Amino acid sequence: MTDYVVLSSILFTIGAVGVLTRRNAIVVFMCVELMLNACNLALVAFANQNGNLDGQIAAFLVMVVAAAEVVVGLAIIMTIFRTRRSASVDDASLLKY
Amino acid sequence: MFVLAEGAAPVVHPAAASGVFSLLWLVIALPMLGAVVLLVGGPLAKGRLDRNGHRIGVALPVLAFVISLAMFIQLLGRSSDNRQLSQHLYTWFEAGGLKVGADLLYDPLSALFLLLITGVGSLIHIYSVGYMASDERRRRFFGYLNLFIAAMVTLVLAANYFGVFLGWEGVGLASYLLIGFWQYKHSAAAAAKKAFILNRVGDIGMAMGVSLFFVTFGTTDFTTISANANKVSEGTMTALGLLLLLAACGKSAQVPLQSWLLDAMEGPTPVSALIHAATMVTAGVYLIVRSNFIFDYAPHARTAVMIVAVVTLLWGAIIGCANDDIKKVLAGSTMSQIGYMMLGAGIGPAGYPFAIFHLLNHGFFKADMFLGAGSVMHGMNDDVNMRHYGVLRRAMPVTFLTFAMGYLAIIGFPGFSGFWSKDRIIEEALTQSWWAGVLAIVGAGITGFYMTRLMFMTFFTDRRWAEGVHPHESPPVMTVPLIVLAALSVLGGVMLIGNWIVNFLEPVTGQIAHENPPLSSLAISAIVVAIVAVGVAAAWYFVGRVEVPREAPADVSWPVTAARAELYGNEINDELVGKPVGALVAGSTYFDRYAVDGFVEGTASAVGGSGLVLRRLQTGFVRSYALSLLAGAILVVAALLAVNLA
Repeated sequence: MTDYVVLSSILFTIGAVGVLTRRNAIVVFMCVELMLNACNLALVAFANQNGNLDGQIAAFLVMVVAAAEVVVGLAIIMTIFRTRRSASVDDASLLKY
Repeated sequence: MFVLAEGAAPVVHPAAASGVFSLLWLVIALPMLGAVVLLVGGPLAKGRLDRNGHRIGVALPVLAFVISLAMFIQLLGRSSDNRQLSQHLYTWFEAGGLKVGADLLYDPLSALFLLLITGVGSLIHIYSVGYMASDERRRRFFGYLNLFIAAMVTLVLAANYFGVFLGWEGVGLASYLLIGFWQYKHSAAAAAKKAFILNRVGDIGMAMGVSLFFVTFGTTDFTTISANANKVSEGTMTALGLLLLLAACGKSAQVPLQSWLLDAMEGPTPVSALIHAATMVTAGVYLIVRSNFIFDYAPHARTAVMIVAVVTLLWGAIIGCANDDIKKVLAGSTMSQIGYMMLGAGIGPAGYPFAIFHLLNHGFFKADMFLGAGSVMHGMNDDVNMRHYGVLRRAMPVTFLTFAMGYLAIIGFPGFSGFWSKDRIIEEALTQSWWAGVLAIVGAGITGFYMTRLMFMTFFTDRRWAEGVHPHESPPVMTVPLIVLAALSVLGGVMLIGNWIVNFLEPVTGQIAHENPPLSSLAISAIVVAIVAVGVAAAWYFVGRVEVPREAPADVSWPVTAARAELYGNEINDELVGKPVGALVAGSTYFDRYAVDGFVEGTASAVGGSGLVLRRLQTGFVRSYALSLLAGAILVVAALLAVNLA
């Protein structure tokens, strides 16, 4: 049990650091997915330990949301790339004060 | 001093009107109809009324005069204790305990006023046909004049103070519209506003008086009030009297609300003659005489009336002495003559009939002289400066002769109307209190001076006409009313034959035992005539025998400077009212701008300013947002852990 939680924490941390440090939007996106799946792993592990299906259902929900998010997010990234020839998140910084 | 016997103030106890008297309402309705047709129907008639509307405007007041005359003759046929008639038209409004009917009262006082208003009014309407012939807005002018007649008749026919108030405001409106008739002239528009605002001050007195009548008597009917007047405390009566005096001061241009009348001369001259000489400005005198059942029980209020009257009669006369504008001299003279009427009204029952007598005579001779001044202006290309006149007696003989009749009447030349009425007022004033009588005699002397000065500068001395001015006599439509009014000015004294007017007005003003004046009537008349002669001689000395300069000399003594500045009436108003109110307004504006607005706008700019600072957080860098999200999440988790583990 502890192993699952440790693994989940490591995956989440990798994802979080990736989101904060990487500039490529695709990589940032992948890191976000990594964080989501780290959460899924923790949810499933806790569900297993508690002996009910609540965590697993929540994991399914996260997957559905993640799938929808991937569709929208990739579409946005594609559009940005088409107009700017760049997928760097730091370049898309016009929406500010 | 006369002392009123207990319950001696006459009680209004009218009988229901029948026969020709049931036409009473028509005297209001006919001119009102004219006003509605001319003002509302005019634009609908597509110009037809612009050309012919004045016929309607003249016919309806004349018809009202015919009805008034018929009623007057009928009234003379009745016995003197049977001369009060009332007509109930409908219930005007009802609110709580207050029930106000549209009631009319026809008694000797309103009968005389009806004749004056519709009679002199009709003559002035006829004159206006000629005077306003070339004015393209003549239809509207006649509409306003008819509106004025309707309102003024309402004022004198109303049987309760609400009705009087209605007419009071109506004549104020008509006066405003007519002073500002040539509203494209800035001075006329300003004068109209000034008249309206100063009248508002007096109207406050009227409105508060009506309210106090209701509070004290539970009604505003003359009948009930006069029947219960002896049961009310003297303090209340004095308050009522002073409120009515304030109202009268506004409408009748008495000091301290006098300053609008001279500016009111901006209106067309027939308006000055009708409204600002013969009728409307005498409404204050009517109000006081009509409210005799109040003033008879309020001796202090009567003294206040006398003081106001004496101050005004000298004030107006002094203004008249130095002005070069012929209409303003006549306006100052009107103010002064109304002062005499107010003096008569302030004396009490002994003076009421003579106040009304002088009011009627003044209506004749002052309308005559104003219309004469209009005729002069007509011939002089609307120049009003008397320094540009001279020897007009040759160019305008009819105007000159009719004006001279009015002149002799106003200075009190023996035999003319003003002689009889002014002398009686002076005599009663001397009987009542010597100071009022002496000052009234002084006023008569000044009247002799300024009227003679006007006569000399206009009709005698040398020719000082401007280039290209060719004075000519006015058309008959203007001179015939002048002749009629001049005849009335000469013959007005017949009303005193056999003390007729005193006896006729007795049901209204009450009966008092005659008191002997300190001197015989003949001696008083002789003194007054002598003083007037001094005034006339002074005018000849200063104006008649010397060459009158075309420009007013600048180096003059301080009394002349003061009189030219209308005795600083405007400046006094400005200092006492204008500037304090102006300071109050400035203070309020300052408070609003810096305290109220400061708070509101300060809050807004504080929020805006903090927004300016905080928006720097929105850098646009996704990764810094992500960092703050992470930090927030860690903070939440840490907080949860701290709560759960503690």
